[in-house]
Amino acid sequence: MTVSTYARARAVAGTVPDPEIPVLTIEDLGILRDVAVDDRGRVHVQITPTYSGCPAMDAIRADVVEALEREGYAAVTVELVLSPAWTTDWMSEEGKRKLEEYGIAPPSPLPAGGPVPLSLSLRCPQCGSPDTRELSRFGSTACKSLWVCNVCREPFDHFKSI
Amino acid sequence: MTEHVRYVLALADDVLVASQRLGGWIARAPELEEDVALANIGLDLLGQARSLLTHAGALEGEGRDEDALAYFRDERDFLNVHLVERSHGDFAATMARLLLLSTYLHELWTALLTSTDDTLAAVAAKAVKEVDYHADHARMWVLRLGDGTEESHRRMQAGLEAEWPYAEELFDGSYVDAALLETGVAVDPSTLRERWAGRVVAVVEEATLTVPTSRPAVTGGRRGIHTEEMGYLLAEMQHLARSHPGASW
Repeated sequence: MTVSTYARARAVAGTVPDPEIPVLTIEDLGILRDVAVDDRGRVHVQITPTYSGCPAMDAIRADVVEALEREGYAAVTVELVLSPAWTTDWMSEEGKRKLEEYGIAPPSPLPAGGPVPLSLSLRCPQCGSPDTRELSRFGSTACKSLWVCNVCREPFDHFKSI
Repeated sequence: MTEHVRYVLALADDVLVASQRLGGWIARAPELEEDVALANIGLDLLGQARSLLTHAGALEGEGRDEDALAYFRDERDFLNVHLVERSHGDFAATMARLLLLSTYLHELWTALLTSTDDTLAAVAAKAVKEVDYHADHARMWVLRLGDGTEESHRRMQAGLEAEWPYAEELFDGSYVDAALLETGVAVDPSTLRERWAGRVVAVVEEATLTVPTSRPAVTGGRRGIHTEEMGYLLAEMQHLARSHPGASW
C-alpha cells in the first residue's frame, strides 16, 4: 500500500455529500473520521453521527460504499463510531462558508469548557443583517433550528452549535 | 441474562418507550413547530436507544440485534419506568413529564461519562448534549404555561401533579447490581436525585407553580410490571415487524 492509495481512498470517501444538506460533503461536516486501506486493497471507513438519531447515517453509509466501489475498491466496510462525540467545531471553515452561501447560518465556535452556547444574535445569510430572531428551537433536521430575519423577513435555518 | 445486559436494557427501554410516546404527538401538538420539536426530541432518544439495544445484544452474545430486542420482546421483558409509558394526557402533562425525564437523563448521562463500559461512556458523551437541549425545551414550556394565564397555570399545575408521583421510580436503584456499581459500569440512580430535584424545583418555582407533595406511585417497571397503557404502545410499535417478519423498504 502506498500513501497515495490511502489519500485517494480518503478523497473519494470525502466527496460523498450529506443527503440532508447536499452542499456539504461528509469531509466538510467532520463526520468522516478515518479511512484505512490494507495491503489487499480493502477499505475500512469510520463515520460518526452528528446526533444520536440522525436518520441520514444509513444513507451516508451506503453512499460511501457506492462511491468507493465505483472507484474500483472491492471490499469496503463502514463502521459507525460514537467516540469521541462529534462537535460542530469539526466542521471545516470551507464547510461553514458553503453553508452560509446555501442560506443556512453556520454554527458558532464553542466557548472553551462551556456546554451549549447561547447565540444571542445570528447574521442573516440572505441580507447579512444581525437583526434576527429564533422562531423555533427545532428545525427541519435534528441539527438545525429555525430563525427569521427582522429586516428582509426571510426565514432561515441555523446549524446549531454543539 | 447477565446483570450487565439487564442494566443496559433498562437504560435502553426508558429512552425507546419515551421516544415512541413522543412520536404520537406528531400532527397533534398545539402548533406545527411543536410537532417538529417533539419529533426531533423523540428521534434523539431513539438514536440513543438504538445504540444501547445494539450494545445489550452484543453483551448478551446470543445474536439478538436492536430490532430483535425492540420488536420481539414481550411486555414483561421491558424494563422501562412507568413515567415514559404513560399516555399523553394534556399537553401540559407531556411537558411536565419531559421536564422530569430530561432532567433525570441529563444527570444520568453526566454520571455515565466516566463509566468503565466504554460503549456506555460513548453513548453518554453524545446523549448528554442532546438531553440538555430537551430539558431546556421543557423548561421553556413549563415557564410559559405556569406563568401564563389562569387557565394555563391551572393545567400546568394539574400536569405536574399527575406526573410527579412517577418520577420516584427513576431513582430507585434496587435493580442495579452491586457488582456493576463496584466496577464502575453503572451509577446508582439514587445518587442523582438531589441534583435533579434542585434543577426541577427551580423551574417549578420560577414558573409560579407549587412543588407537589404527593406520594410516589406504585410501580414495577424495572421488574417488567407495566400499566395497561404499555400494551397498546407496544402493539403499535411492534405490530408491523411481527406481521411481516424481515420486511424492509
